[in-house]
Amino acid sequence: MNGITNLSRRAVLMGLGTGTFILAGGLGLAAATGALAEDAPKKYGGEAMPGGVKDDPRLFVAVAADGTLTIICHRAEMGQGVRTSWAMVIADEMDADWAKVKVDQALGDEARYGNQNTDGSRSMRHHFQALRRIGAAARQMLAKAAATQWGVPVAEVTVDHHSLVHAASGRRLGFGEVAAAAATLPVPARETLVFKDPAKFRYIGRSDVGLVDGFDITTGRATYGIDVRREGMLYAVVARPPVHGGKLGHYNVDEALQVPGVLKVVVLNSAPLPSGFLPKGGLAVVAENTWAALKGREKLKVTWEDGPNASYDSAAYRAELEAAARAPGQVVRNVGDVDGALKSAAKHVTAEYYIPHLAQAPMEPPAAAAQVTGDKCEIWGSTQAPQTTRETVAKVLSIPPENVTVHQTLVGGGFGRKSKPDYIAEAALLSRAMDGRPVKLTYTRTDDLHHGFLHTVSVERLEGGLDAKGKPVAWLHRTVAPSIGATFTAGVKHEGASELGMGAVNTPWIVPNLRVENPEAESHTRIGWFRSVSNIPHAFAVQSFVAELAEAAGRDPKDFLLELIGPARQINPADLSDSWNYNEDPVAYAYDTGRLHGVVERAAKEAGWGKPLPKGQGRGIAAHRSFASYAAAVVQVDVDTQGKLTIPRVDIAFDCGPVINPDRVRAQLEGAVTQGVSLATLGEISFKAGQVQQNNFDTYQVTRIDTAPKDIRVHLMPATQYDAPLGGVGEPGVPPIAPALLNAIHAATGKRIRSLPIRDQLRA
Amino acid sequence: MITFTLNGQAQRFEGDPEMPLLWYLRDVQGLTGTKFGCGEALCGACTVHADGAPIRSCQTTLGDLSGVAVTTIEGLSPDGMHPVQVAWRELNVAQCGYCQAGQIMSAAALLKDTPRPSDEAIDDAMSGNICRCATYPRIRAAIKRAAGEVQRKTASSGSAK
Ligand code: FES
Ligand code: FES
Repeated sequence: MNGITNLSRRAVLMGLGTGTFILAGGLGLAAATGALAEDAPKKYGGEAMPGGVKDDPRLFVAVAADGTLTIICHRAEMGQGVRTSWAMVIADEMDADWAKVKVDQALGDEARYGNQNTDGSRSMRHHFQALRRIGAAARQMLAKAAATQWGVPVAEVTVDHHSLVHAASGRRLGFGEVAAAAATLPVPARETLVFKDPAKFRYIGRSDVGLVDGFDITTGRATYGIDVRREGMLYAVVARPPVHGGKLGHYNVDEALQVPGVLKVVVLNSAPLPSGFLPKGGLAVVAENTWAALKGREKLKVTWEDGPNASYDSAAYRAELEAAARAPGQVVRNVGDVDGALKSAAKHVTAEYYIPHLAQAPMEPPAAAAQVTGDKCEIWGSTQAPQTTRETVAKVLSIPPENVTVHQTLVGGGFGRKSKPDYIAEAALLSRAMDGRPVKLTYTRTDDLHHGFLHTVSVERLEGGLDAKGKPVAWLHRTVAPSIGATFTAGVKHEGASELGMGAVNTPWIVPNLRVENPEAESHTRIGWFRSVSNIPHAFAVQSFVAELAEAAGRDPKDFLLELIGPARQINPADLSDSWNYNEDPVAYAYDTGRLHGVVERAAKEAGWGKPLPKGQGRGIAAHRSFASYAAAVVQVDVDTQGKLTIPRVDIAFDCGPVINPDRVRAQLEGAVTQGVSLATLGEISFKAGQVQQNNFDTYQVTRIDTAPKDIRVHLMPATQYDAPLGGVGEPGVPPIAPALLNAIHAATGKRIRSLPIRDQLRA
Repeated sequence: MITFTLNGQAQRFEGDPEMPLLWYLRDVQGLTGTKFGCGEALCGACTVHADGAPIRSCQTTLGDLSGVAVTTIEGLSPDGMHPVQVAWRELNVAQCGYCQAGQIMSAAALLKDTPRPSDEAIDDAMSGNICRCATYPRIRAAIKRAAGEVQRKTASSGSAK
């Protein structure tokens, strides 16, 4: 199967050159319904996103005369396997032959395809039903065309594995043979669609489908943003201000220009704070190859004006956050009388947790190529966010967004970093500066770590009260962390609704008195999304603290956790002061404590919770709802007498509702487990004098094969109802890992680690 | 002038001998299957074979290559059917896939020297290759699956001679 190909030649739609590709009328209608009157019901999920969700089969399905079925995927492929899963759903609903399926990548075009930005674990959650509609409509159009050709009622035509069948007469036609006729038919109305019986699914819910990009990836043919090559292309790297908000001072480029292969040094302007997605500015070295550009950059003589964040220092900042967490802050949820209950509690437990900044560090550093021609710009880039890319490039070039064409390459890891197109805007500016020659901009690893959009840093302070019987009577959580909002809006000092809704306010605990506060925190660097976002610090603290309370109560941590979760009930997230709920319907996507309970029980059972372990070993448990899915993990650790930590086994139970591609869900969870271990054991980005202290994978360490958990067992909760709402998959596996690991270390050693990363704290 | 072979083809290079092989492959030859991940021999994304041994092309200059046979992921197998590649596909090892060319080159070199690697041997040979998507369990499983296959093929080609 081919990798990413250019769509502009894909004027094939159920037959060659039918011309029905242009949907001016249809798009106008969609736009009109997007702007409904104010009394229309509130939209949720994909429908609530800019551009909404499109389900016109003519946008996504093309059948050629030879039967080749081309499926257009408009999501970014960054390792979640979406190009495969996406095609599986359409192909299954069409009853197509997988061997004849080809996947092409959509251009970045929100008006045409609907919302394409790939983030928030929502590709399948937002699109599964639309993909089924696309497949069903295409199947019905093909059946109708066959019925017309045969002169029989369409009800007598069945679809069988890429063929249309008229059983009574024994006639049979391939998809390709009726494709041209099918393409001229109207798209059936949504109410007339008949969906396949899930019992007959060939691909959905099965694990034996190979990755559509598997061959290209294993042979080096797959193209990522960093691999793009264009005729006459130049190569660039940028020296950027080391402090967020800084700008160019004095500079001399003479020596850089002496380096063979260096063609030009270009000044890039620094956007004023808050700079949002805009580039940091600096000096770009443009050369005939990447190596020359790198050598040229080394020869630049630059001084920087550091600006207001020059004193950002992680040690001092931590002290500020701790001070803030020890004083009352803005109340974001309040039930009962926490202060009174804490005063009269038989036991009062207090704990503070710290987790530093983290960098996504995708293996492919940010990279993109751009070519500006007049007032038009073409981008070939590794991006999670084609829409944001179009808007940002248009803004820096002062051209209309429609004039920006975004060719989506494979993304060599995103984890949130490539939702921000600052690097793509740099490439566009450089192409313009080079008179329209194509320019590829590459980040080195150091650039990636120094000029990221980092995961926040936080102090989480928890206080709990237990009565004489060990029952929890009070819960006070103060969460203090700079907000992503500050990257975009000046003066933001509180976590936003989405950050608080990631496990700070929305705990379902059976505790009569509960308060959550969010004291102020100022931001001094670019904060952005990192896989699982604020669920990481919140779950780390909350799930560690549950185990600490269990210990104080003299209870088994799993039993104590289940009691806190309480009986099965559907809670409207608003009743937990969560107004966000991942933008999903608060009823369809209620907080289902039965499902959280279910994954805890499953993980515990599979892991052999309670069975004795050798000395030096221990198990820890943690559970968390995020992205409308439920995950629980049991981590088993071994800590030897030298304090060396190994992780022989992790069991993770997961409930995301219907499972479309079980193999990829398992893969995402396997990855999430080790990424959770990585951030807990090693992850830290720190600042001194406003500058990031880590330069590469020697100082910003990530987990490698030798220290990864040896045995990861994924347990998917059975899902049979394909009409049930889907949860997210890419992110929810990460949050329970750090606390389950820390709880396991405590069980093994009696040592409670509250400050991440663990690094050598066990060796002390 | 430096002469060496690249995927079986003779090469003559007259430029700066300090140029790292990685950038020569990617920017000059257009062989972009070999990836850049760190530039400092810390991640393994750029792994290729020099006379069959795994090396980090970001830390190897063209000046180092005189008389050396270089193999990249593009040259590992003419049809993409090296047992390691096949095992990788059968187990759907890849997530984003970006690190996988380097992983495959390291694994292929390991199996050539150690047809039945233990877990420790796998750790030793593969811990220089970072996978940020953390596909490690499947990398390990795919190496073990390919191991049987490499042994079988070596045995049969040996007996054919
Ligand atoms: S790029 Fe060579 S080891 Fe990382
Ligand atoms: S598969 Fe993404 S870095 Fe390895």
